[in-house]
Amino acid sequence: MSGAAAAPLGKDLLGLEPLTAEQITLILDTAEPFKEISERAIKKVPTLRGATIVNLFFEASTRTRISFEFAEKRLSADTVNVASTGSSVQKGETLVDTARNLEAMRIDMVVIRHGASGAAQFLADRIESNVINAGDGTHEHPTQGLLDLLTLRDHFKRLDGLKVCIVGDVLHSRVARSNIWGLKKVGAHVAVCGPRSLLPNAIDELDVEVFDRVEDAIDWADALNVLRLQLERMQAGYIPSLREYNRVFGVSRERLERAPRDVVILHPGPMNRGVEIDSDVADGPFSVILDQVTNGVAIRMAVLYLLSGGRPELAEAAKSGGR
Amino acid sequence: MSRQLLLLRGGRILDPSTHTDLAGDVLIADGKIESLGERVDIGDRDDVDVLDCGGLVVAPGFIDVHCHLREPGREDVETVATGARAAAAGGFTAVCAMPNTDPVTDNQAAVGFIIRQAARARAARVYPIGAISLGQRGEALAEFGEMVGAGAVAVSDDGKPVASAHLMRTALEYARTFGIPVADHCEEPTLAAGGAMNEGIVSARLGLKGVPNEAEEIMAIRDILLARRTGGHVHLCHMSTRGSVELIRWGKERGIAVTAEACPHHLSLTEEAVEGYDTNAKMNPPLRTAADVEALRQAVRDGTIDVIATDHAPHHYDEKEREFADAPNGIVGLETALAVNITWLVAPGIIDLATLVEKMACAPARVFHLPGGTLRRGGVADVTIFDSDAEWTVDPARFRSKGRNTPYSGKRLRGRVHFTIVDGQLIHRYEE
Repeated sequence: MSGAAAAPLGKDLLGLEPLTAEQITLILDTAEPFKEISERAIKKVPTLRGATIVNLFFEASTRTRISFEFAEKRLSADTVNVASTGSSVQKGETLVDTARNLEAMRIDMVVIRHGASGAAQFLADRIESNVINAGDGTHEHPTQGLLDLLTLRDHFKRLDGLKVCIVGDVLHSRVARSNIWGLKKVGAHVAVCGPRSLLPNAIDELDVEVFDRVEDAIDWADALNVLRLQLERMQAGYIPSLREYNRVFGVSRERLERAPRDVVILHPGPMNRGVEIDSDVADGPFSVILDQVTNGVAIRMAVLYLLSGGRPELAEAAKSGGR
Repeated sequence: MSRQLLLLRGGRILDPSTHTDLAGDVLIADGKIESLGERVDIGDRDDVDVLDCGGLVVAPGFIDVHCHLREPGREDVETVATGARAAAAGGFTAVCAMPNTDPVTDNQAAVGFIIRQAARARAARVYPIGAISLGQRGEALAEFGEMVGAGAVAVSDDGKPVASAHLMRTALEYARTFGIPVADHCEEPTLAAGGAMNEGIVSARLGLKGVPNEAEEIMAIRDILLARRTGGHVHLCHMSTRGSVELIRWGKERGIAVTAEACPHHLSLTEEAVEGYDTNAKMNPPLRTAADVEALRQAVRDGTIDVIATDHAPHHYDEKEREFADAPNGIVGLETALAVNITWLVAPGIIDLATLVEKMACAPARVFHLPGGTLRRGGVADVTIFDSDAEWTVDPARFRSKGRNTPYSGKRLRGRVHFTIVDGQLIHRYEE
């Protein structure tokens, strides 16, 4: 693997907030040629042969972990999955010890999902391996943000000037944060909509539009990114009931039909059908939810490739094995 | 037996308690201030120890009314002895130790233990603060009377809020019998639950649960109102918000017995210090915004804030070396307090040196009814001698405290303690 200095993204991918518009566009552009690999009969190129990658998942995840694993395997990396539910404290080993052990095993890259905001940076500050944040607490989930951007760009053929509203529990959502930073940097207009008890109190300082009514958001937006509403939020007293949430903020076909234009629907999954999104919307003609999943693999391949020192202009050639 | 004499020669004698600011000498005899003036004549006696204080400020010894010495229970992170030596190195001649030890300092035997450990240490004086409630559980009152009899100077459940307004009311009433302040850690527990930093734009960006200013302010005004109702003396610990400042001002204007402290870190740093998830910027109450810092500085200047106290809270480095939300609150402060205060309050002209000495020495003695805080003739010879201009770089490895957890590591600060004198004895001398 080549050194971090050569990599156009730096050593790690911790979030979209620290990236420039150029870096974000570079990742999206690099993902394009990688999409094709997943369409082949033999879905494998030797680009990362000999590289060792650990997928370190401290939180349960199916979709993101599988997506990373496919991306790694399709690039021929050697991968190990470490799943550990519960916090590192409960596990008995501290995150810093985990980091030191990985370092001692000369791992090239670490993909980390962790329940604590800042955990990916914590790891990145302590090891020389490339670190990819696969979701840290309520902070960021950069590859999700990137795959959302790629899906929107595929659909609208542009991001600049696009109106995207994030609907739901923005307060606790790392997907929302990565979307806000990513979309704003590439020139999209960003809004959020949800009960005020699930929006950050300082939302006005984030320089995004805020809609209290989902009808107004739908009226405004080209696309909605609908967030998962977790049952725990009701238990913690942020909202009275899932039933009322659906009635007030649920994205339904009836509401979408009143919109002045077709509104594209994204959802990071897993969905609570009948809570934040109705089934006929999720499965409807304007849903790009499965495109997001497909794009997720390409985005992660692009990120792995770029962090490993791969040169963006050679990504096309990389498909047949070069770097 | 001959008298023990110590002459502090040629310093700037700065004592706001007696409105003294003059270049001169101080003579200490048998642990008491014997005399001071432009020239104290000792004739040709050769049995007088002389400390050259040229270029240095000679002030009443600093008193920290709020620190955590961790003994008993966490002797791995601090002991009464290491804490008292750290205090001496920071120019403190006395400190008040909070009772959130393990077991909690909530009875006369526990208070007596700290007094004995302090006597053995032969460094700064240590005054125990007893718990308000048994086990700091917020339920039943601890035995204030016996704790005061054993040497406690105040009561507090610091580290935990007194959630019950009824308990706080009773504590304020009961404490009147013994003439001690009730020091409260103002934190509305349901608003602050799970919070790791200030609630605001930085917490929104970092994805950390925030503690709103109101968590402090709701309890501050509750305490002020209960002090008005009961006539008890409430001392509000580590005030951190501009709203608290307004509430304290409101209380003082009405003659309510409320006093308040602010910490050097809340007077110098903002929530921005948390960027990068630096656990050495994690404390409770959290670092706030620039507007809060500015309001606190003005409150120190205009007297709304009576005292600057450190909230010295040592932790083992392992405990801070972890995910931000899981890391414990608190930073060490005894050995940086003077320099942080000079760098961020005196150097920019917000307060003068005399006001700083008032906040670090005179007011703490007055508010907690402690000896010292003055260079008055006949008073106890607790003296701090410092260079107000010397610059130095903070190197936690050189701390006397066992704690290394400080956000000022590597920072260039102004102001250095040269000598600390307790009871006429030199307990700390600056060495290169």
